[in-house]
Amino acid sequence: MTSENKSQLSLDAKKRLLREMLFARRFEERCYEAYVERKIGGFLHLYPGEEACAHGVLEAARVGHDYVITSYRDHVHALKSGVDAKAVMAELFGKVTGTCKGLGGSMHIFGVANRFMGGYALVGGPFPLAAGIAKGIQMQGGDEICICFLGDAANNQGTFHESLNMAKIWNLPVLYVCENNLYGIGTRIDRSTAVIDQYKRVSGYNIPARQVDGQDVEVVYEAAREAIDHVRNGNGPYFLELMTYRYRGHSMSDSNAYRTKEEERMWSKRDPVIMLRDRLIEEGAITDDDYKAMDTGILDEIENEIIRFAEESPEPPLELLDKYVLAENDPWVHGGPK
Amino acid sequence: MAEMMYWEAIRRAHDEEMARDPLVICMGEDIGVAGGTYKATKGLYEKYGPERVIDTPISENGYTGLGIGASFLGVRPIIEIMSVNFAWLATDQIVNTAAKVRYMSGGQLEAPIVVRSPGGTAHQLGAQHSARMEKVFMGIAGLRVVTPSNPRQAYGLLKSAVRCNDPVFINEHELMYNMKGEVPDEEYFHPLEGSEVVRSGRDVTLFGYNISVHWALAAADRLAREHGIEAEVVDLYALKPLDRDGIRDSVSRTHRAVIVEEAEPAVGVGSEVMAIINEECFYELDAPPVRVSARDVPIPYNHRLEKAAIPNPDEVVDAVLRMFGKK
Ligand SMILES: Cc1ncc(C[n+]2csc(CCOP(=O)(O)OP(=O)(O)O)c2C)c(N)n1
Ligand SMILES: [Mg+2]
Repeated sequence: MTSENKSQLSLDAKKRLLREMLFARRFEERCYEAYVERKIGGFLHLYPGEEACAHGVLEAARVGHDYVITSYRDHVHALKSGVDAKAVMAELFGKVTGTCKGLGGSMHIFGVANRFMGGYALVGGPFPLAAGIAKGIQMQGGDEICICFLGDAANNQGTFHESLNMAKIWNLPVLYVCENNLYGIGTRIDRSTAVIDQYKRVSGYNIPARQVDGQDVEVVYEAAREAIDHVRNGNGPYFLELMTYRYRGHSMSDSNAYRTKEEERMWSKRDPVIMLRDRLIEEGAITDDDYKAMDTGILDEIENEIIRFAEESPEPPLELLDKYVLAENDPWVHGGPK
Repeated sequence: MAEMMYWEAIRRAHDEEMARDPLVICMGEDIGVAGGTYKATKGLYEKYGPERVIDTPISENGYTGLGIGASFLGVRPIIEIMSVNFAWLATDQIVNTAAKVRYMSGGQLEAPIVVRSPGGTAHQLGAQHSARMEKVFMGIAGLRVVTPSNPRQAYGLLKSAVRCNDPVFINEHELMYNMKGEVPDEEYFHPLEGSEVVRSGRDVTLFGYNISVHWALAAADRLAREHGIEAEVVDLYALKPLDRDGIRDSVSRTHRAVIVEEAEPAVGVGSEVMAIINEECFYELDAPPVRVSARDVPIPYNHRLEKAAIPNPDEVVDAVLRMFGKK
């Protein structure tokens, strides 16, 4: 199958996407190493295997214009939203040059200047926040939308149902993207969830919903384009389910013992980066050497620019400890401006 | 100065803020078409429409989170939670998101929401409709907690809370909506920090907040009339942060302290005020501070038992008399 009949993406766009997805893969793999080296602390949730989800959807969005919000597995969504990779890595290293000055950490990357509204650690927490961002858009009459990425297991939270219901009754411009990687930590979806196909659960809220292959970035892009058009054109919320798989454990403390090698092998045959690479090679758009050179360039950038920046950045000063707890010098605390 | 009821004062604050700023909205169960369980939003639906006066589904955590998300984009939501007992369901979004988002984003986002909700023991509403939650929220860094004891405060605290850039929880009381009091005719912004000396006295300080200010005042009258003891009454309208200076100043004047609270004693306003007294002015004390709190039980249904579960002015008087060795 050639890519022309897969998506409307131009060859240049596909080449750029290949580089971005490979970059995201290498970035996350380097995070893994940095964690083992104890440069990164806390919980670390990595994205390898799922790259086509964030990239396909956000390729179809207006990045920097539309709002994006997600869970703790948030590095790659931030990167694709335009947040500086050096600042993301510095945040993981806990440095003052990080996106959140070292106060957030891996699960709380924020890039509000890029309209990346953050990663949140409570499973299901962002569902209503996304609806609220959409309410804010609606009240101010803009043509932005809010895109909320969450996992499959998050749909067992009450906030999923509460938010879909409210998004529908108030016709809010929000796109919910379910990255269905079949697991919530070590519990396989059929053991935790009465309905395996998540898009079917949405029919109870009278919201259009669709399930597509989350490993093929072109498929994701096309589905997202349709979804985003629907939402941007004032038709209210939409739910897009992407079938995907994470290669690593849920977080660094997870040995992955609950999955079979067989299953892992099967999914690795549908690697989103390799599939796009092979397609571009087959089309004659790139050669294997081009790809290798791309990879070398990425590894070099990560090591010599991004990691170096994070390593060399200073720790946050102790004065930062109580800086952002309450608003600074808010006159309304004392009866208004004098 | 006009006299108005507590609910009218809250309604007026909503109305003025909504008229001033199109991004001020209010949301909650039955607040729009129905006008609000306590009439705090009466007539606003007709005036500002369904987009700004939002009748929500019964999804406390959901609509609170929605309000928080909207506040990220500059909307100023006033969220009414019908009864504070239901606010337990919204603690996730209030505590995990609103209180923490400025901090964990390194100052990039903030959640300027107001959550207002009545708590307290009313008339035989039973265990699941008589809770108080101020002690929960006042323990959370990143939140403000205020609690009006009269219509002037109810008006002025809400006005300030809407404009303040922090999330503010306003603890109201089921029994106080029809209380009458003077409210300034001109706009008035009550400070969100501090305390008020509502009765001066030299012998003992009675600390109260919300409804317990009135129990303290009634007790102070009796103490003066019947026992010649002059009690100072301090209204702790701000519970987070508590007014360390005001607490120290008053105890340094009277050298004795009684804290009157409607909630169970553990981990509450009383224990916190006592800790502040210890830290700030221990050597000023002539007697150990005392709490007059609710009994450590779920609130019972039976009228007599219900009354016995929460403090009253007589218990405050007794506590003071014991402190003076008169009982
Ligand atoms: C409210 C809450 N409960 C439990 C957890 C612990 N936890 C973190 S991630 C997770 C699984 C979530 O799975 P899913 O939503 O499918 O997302 P995925 O990690 O697979 O991307 C759990 C149980 C949490 N962070 N928050
Ligand atoms: Mg999952």
